[in-house]
Amino acid sequence: MSGLSIQNISMRFDLPNGSSVQALKNVSLDLKKGDLMSVLGPSGCGKTTLLNIVAGFLAPTEGQIMLNDHVVKGPDAERGMVFQQGALFEWMNVRENVGFGPRMKGMPKAEMNETVDHLLDVVGLRDFKEKAVYELSGGMQQRVALARCLANDPDVILMDEPLGALDALTREKMQSLVLKLWKETGKTIILITHSVEEALLLGERLLVMAPRPGRIHREYRLPFADLGVNADLREVKKHPDYAKTREEILSMIWDMEEEIMGRQEEQA
Amino acid sequence: MSVIVQLFDELITVLQTMLQILPYLVGYVALIMATTVIWRMVKRFLTPKSDFGSLKTVTFGDASAVTSNMAASVISVVFIFLVWGAFTGSKLVPGFVHMPGAFQGEVTFSYDIELPDGATTSAQAKVVVFPAGTAAPAVEIEEGTGSAKNDAIAIQSYRNKLLAWDKNDEFNRKAGARIVAIEGQPVSAGGEVELDNLRVAVTSKGTLNIEPNKGVQMEKIWLPAPEDVVSRLIEIGSEGFKNITLAEHLAYSLFRVVVGFIIGAAVGIPLGYAMGLSDWFRGWFDPIVEFMRPVPPLALIPLVIIWAGIGEVGKIILLFLAALWIMAIAARSGVSGVRISKVHAAYSLGASKWQVMRHVIIPNSLPEIFTGARVAMGVCWGTVVAAELVAAEKGVGMMIMVAAKFQQTDIVILGIVVIGIVGLAIDLLVRWAERVMVPWKGRG
Ligand SMILES: Nc1ncnc2c1ncn2[C@@H]1O[C@H](COP(=O)(O)OP(=O)(O)O)[C@@H](O)[C@H]1O
Ligand SMILES: [Mg+2]
Repeated sequence: MSGLSIQNISMRFDLPNGSSVQALKNVSLDLKKGDLMSVLGPSGCGKTTLLNIVAGFLAPTEGQIMLNDHVVKGPDAERGMVFQQGALFEWMNVRENVGFGPRMKGMPKAEMNETVDHLLDVVGLRDFKEKAVYELSGGMQQRVALARCLANDPDVILMDEPLGALDALTREKMQSLVLKLWKETGKTIILITHSVEEALLLGERLLVMAPRPGRIHREYRLPFADLGVNADLREVKKHPDYAKTREEILSMIWDMEEEIMGRQEEQA
Repeated sequence: MSVIVQLFDELITVLQTMLQILPYLVGYVALIMATTVIWRMVKRFLTPKSDFGSLKTVTFGDASAVTSNMAASVISVVFIFLVWGAFTGSKLVPGFVHMPGAFQGEVTFSYDIELPDGATTSAQAKVVVFPAGTAAPAVEIEEGTGSAKNDAIAIQSYRNKLLAWDKNDEFNRKAGARIVAIEGQPVSAGGEVELDNLRVAVTSKGTLNIEPNKGVQMEKIWLPAPEDVVSRLIEIGSEGFKNITLAEHLAYSLFRVVVGFIIGAAVGIPLGYAMGLSDWFRGWFDPIVEFMRPVPPLALIPLVIIWAGIGEVGKIILLFLAALWIMAIAARSGVSGVRISKVHAAYSLGASKWQVMRHVIIPNSLPEIFTGARVAMGVCWGTVVAAELVAAEKGVGMMIMVAAKFQQTDIVILGIVVIGIVGLAIDLLVRWAERVMVPWKGRG
């Protein structure tokens, strides 16, 4: 099967004090090639852990990840990752950052330059090629991170709150860019976010996770991402189902957070 | 217990000394205040317009609120040189700021003698006070006609000298002759007379102890004038001190620092990387590094001298040890301080372990390493000077130590100034290298 298959993943962290945290329990999920999935959930419900397992940074205590019919055994260029911020290499300029993956693979210089130039065009940073990354704004830095990830032509792109540190306006522009890249490249994308709106806009599929132990609570299939590819995101938000779904998910997460608070009070 | 009592006594002494200095400190602060007021008035006079900037007050915690005032810096430095010049009679400062200097020149005073038989007579004494560092001039005076002959004496400035006034007379002290007055002021054995430029005391044995007025300027062996230091610089720069030029002394000191630091860094950085990357290395070296780090390198000097002597090897071992731990700790924290997302990003971009090391871990640790290098260079420079003070054949530290033994204060001061300037230059150099090599420092 061509696609990403998360098969019955459980993850337990053993803490130094002898106790342990069940971060994920029996999480199963299948993504077809070209799926765009956003993941929501109260903090601490294991979203980052799940993504790290898919990326290969963590080995699950149970279960396995299959990508295109082989088992994931560690990090690899087939699964690219975009982090919240601060994951660019400051000692390299924009061009070198974007060209990092191809360079590690030993791609010929001419081909590499072509790839980099093309991607910088795509993310709109053509004029910033030789700039130091720390001279760029937060939004531009995330564009570099996206381009750097795409330069490797990965099968799956994993994003852990990639737009979380941006201001509202920049964030909206970046959301459009993500949608554009998704449509143009046809990549499989998993995107973690804290924002319900973002999850609705950037999720063809939307996964809501619940905490303690971290598990899948509910999955939605939404039309907004497809609509947003060709339209202004603010128009998409006027869609009759948008507000309804938003309220539903908000109250769902609200309840979960309440429950966590309650449990913490019980413990105290 | 007695130690505590002793230390308490010491503390009292220190506090008393500080109390004596206090008025000068107060005066200095008052001067600073006065110059501010004057400067503001001058400025207002020059630019009568008022702007909002003049309303700015000191804001604590806001670093941008107060910047260094250039004028204050200039005045401060000029003041130091003025005081230095005033108390040393420097030719570089105008004469009116000079403090009263030690008397130099010629004085003649008369003294009255009572002879054993009760008769009195008198004679003159001519005193020539000559500056230190010049040959004593021959002083002559007419002997005169009385039974007491006139005397002549040359005295070096800041010294005093006994005058056996009776050695050329027809009678002497042993026979009972004694001085009863100087310049008409009665005096007896044990007493003294203040003249304009001399203090003349009659010793218990009856001779005269002549002490020229010292003024309040500093004697050369305490504090030489700025121009003396400069001319020493020229002399030592060309002819050298003990046949070794200043440049050569400096070259030796810098050679030790640079070689010691480079070897220390060459061992310390890989050691720090190993400690940052492997728990076994970290466990192995943690006790050693953590123990050696707080040992001041100066405390190692005696042991290094015992083991390696006072030659270059010993010095370089010392500086190697001074730099080693600092560089190891800097490299270690540079490695452990790498943001995990950078490492993850590199891995998921297809980098191998070695590539992550080469392209992420090492460049990421450079800012920390430069910080370490700045500290290490400073420590090495201080250590080399101290080591040369203790034992060396060449080097700026040795130069000032030997000069101090011969009371060549101008060389000592010159050496201190040179050491300060070189220390500053080293720091600026490392900072410049840091700006060029790791411009992203602190902006990750
Ligand atoms: N390396 C780790 N060691 C111990 N506990 C961890 C570790 N990583 C995550 N956890 C725990 O696992 C749970 C899920 O964390 P995470 O995946 O970061 O949640 P989310 O990203 O949804 O906020 C949390 O309770 C967290 O404390
Ligand atoms: Mg997270």
